Amino acid sequence: MSARVRTVQTAAAGVRSFDIVPEGGARTYAPGSHINVSVLISDEPDVRSYSLVGRLPVNGAYRIAVKRLPDSRGGSAYMSTLQPGAHLMITEPASHFELQFGHPEYLLLAGGIGITPLVGMAEALNRGSAPFRLAYAGRSRSEMPFVEQLAAMLGERLDLFVSDEGRRVDLLTEIGQLHPDGELYVCGPVRMRNAAFRAWADQGREAVRMRFETFASGGRRPSRAFVVRVDELGVEVAVPENRSMLEALRDAGVEVMWDCLRGECGLCAVPVLAADGDIDHRDVFLSVEQQAQGAVICTCVSRVVGGGITIGAGLRSDLAPRRP
Amino acid sequence: MEDQSTNKAPATFSRPDWPHNTWYVAAYDVEVGRSLLPRTIAGRRLVLYRQLDGKAVALEDACWHRLVPLSVGWLDGDQVVCGYHGLKYNAAGRCTFMPSQGTVNPSARVTSYPVVEQDRFVWVWTGDPALADPNRVPDLYWNDHSEWTGDGEVLHVDCNYKLVVDNLMDLTHETYVHSSSLGNAAVAETPFEVHHDPNGIRVTRWMLDIDAPPFWAQQLEWRFGQLPGRVDRWQIIDFRPPSTITIDVGVAHAGTGAQGGDRSQGVNAVVIDTMTPETEKSCHYFWSLTRNYSIRDQRITTLLRTGNAAVFAEDVAMLSAQQRAIDQHPDKDFYNLNIDAGAMWARRLIERMVDAEIEVSAGGSGEEPVASDRAARK
Repeated sequence: MSARVRTVQTAAAGVRSFDIVPEGGARTYAPGSHINVSVLISDEPDVRSYSLVGRLPVNGAYRIAVKRLPDSRGGSAYMSTLQPGAHLMITEPASHFELQFGHPEYLLLAGGIGITPLVGMAEALNRGSAPFRLAYAGRSRSEMPFVEQLAAMLGERLDLFVSDEGRRVDLLTEIGQLHPDGELYVCGPVRMRNAAFRAWADQGREAVRMRFETFASGGRRPSRAFVVRVDELGVEVAVPENRSMLEALRDAGVEVMWDCLRGECGLCAVPVLAADGDIDHRDVFLSVEQQAQGAVICTCVSRVVGGGITIGAGLRSDLAPRRP
Repeated sequence: MEDQSTNKAPATFSRPDWPHNTWYVAAYDVEVGRSLLPRTIAGRRLVLYRQLDGKAVALEDACWHRLVPLSVGWLDGDQVVCGYHGLKYNAAGRCTFMPSQGTVNPSARVTSYPVVEQDRFVWVWTGDPALADPNRVPDLYWNDHSEWTGDGEVLHVDCNYKLVVDNLMDLTHETYVHSSSLGNAAVAETPFEVHHDPNGIRVTRWMLDIDAPPFWAQQLEWRFGQLPGRVDRWQIIDFRPPSTITIDVGVAHAGTGAQGGDRSQGVNAVVIDTMTPETEKSCHYFWSLTRNYSIRDQRITTLLRTGNAAVFAEDVAMLSAQQRAIDQHPDKDFYNLNIDAGAMWARRLIERMVDAEIEVSAGGSGEEPVASDRAARK
């Protein structure tokens, strides 16, 4: 549906928030919801998902916050060009990261720009009776959006971990304090998510009680350009730092399958035949063991650092039935 | 709302037919067990079952993967297994198993609806789960109380739930629809009073010094051992939006002070009715006939349940005929009589609930002014 940017504000260093008014006004949504926004990447239309900030629309507008990332695939660069009055196409809010009520306690864990879906969750939990805490980690206070607003609302329920100020989040301690049937909601870089996975599993907690959002997360390592070879086709495809391996393969005319583009569904996974660099697995489809083995890669999100990779594209020429 | 000339919304602005931020009865307690019960509640397709500890669960009846109804799958402990590809969901609706992969897609879920079991009914909340306050379940204590007994049924009725509300808010129809059991001329001839507040409507009708209709004569005979002479009869109808109605009914020997509060020379029953919209043209009608006399006499419980079922079958026939006629006359509207006052007030409270949800959607405060039902009773 058609929408218009009403206001653009600086929410933190490198982070802009946008109030976007859809035609007919914003409707209510579940905490943790996102909208998809049509963007232009190198003049090509594409889609990016952004979490909605806050429990309710702001005077009929959806609020999102976007961090300008140096190794962005182009979405944040496009968003940074938008000025008040700009028109764009968005979808109705949807949720892959729904806050579920009725549990005895909650821990919200945010890393940097990953705070965006958790603001509305904190507001919703703040209206209820179940105990909860928000642990919010970042490099420096100036780069962390919504700190003042959250501090005013949450008081001691907000715990800031600012690495510049010498405070790092200790996940074993944070999770250890949580009620055995409590739930953890994580949104942040993949390093934080993986650490939370490990701490959660170490304490023997039920896997489904740790909830996470995937699209706000980058990799363990910065994105760099690399090369992907498809031997069956005899092609070598360059993957620029701001394109995914999947996109680069599609651009080169290699037939690939995909769906979620968030590293969740596993449809884009291909076998790794050889790799002369370190694979930065950014998906959540492969188990930790499978990622360590490195025999399969999810091309929509994962990358290679410092080198190239040879994959199988599943191509065969002998599949059509033939008369013997 | 301001336009009082018609009880239908203007065609250009069609209001949703029912609110979602409310508790609806999804099933009688005995209907939900260790099997999968599909049922459509307020337009949402649900599957109901009980965990091993007896707790009732309501999930969306469509697998996240390919939308196959989960109700055609099976239970594995407290979890539902999709009968098509084996995806497994826990009572919170989270997928816990996917075939042929080592992880579970974190997006995979079905909606788990808040559930409260109270007064022999399994209630579900189809609206904003953040607002699902168990204290707002209507208090129907007569259905589960040491000084009361009774039983009931669930009826599937091919009519809009508000037509059942209309039916119960005006018992004048007893004279015509239930003439062989409950109705006699006194009901249609006696005036009634209507009282209202933001959380409920009460319609009161006292019929003093009348002949007892057949059903009530029988009740007095069962309790006191002989057929009565003249009686004082009461019908006190309480509506709580959107669709719960309790009717305090009874008769006492004429002039023994029932209207002043002394019901010792009479018999008293409370009819519990709560309707759950299924579609715009069908509903589930849960009822129970409870009484506080001869409560250890199971024979009376059975006779009353079967007798009342026959009476309500007369209503179901009338209401489904009414819905068909409405559908056959799309250009026509209702006209209202004085006897419809209770029903009109009830419909106004329903519309207020629906409008409050529309305002929230349009960017209102999201605050709910509705009082807790239990608090309101105290």
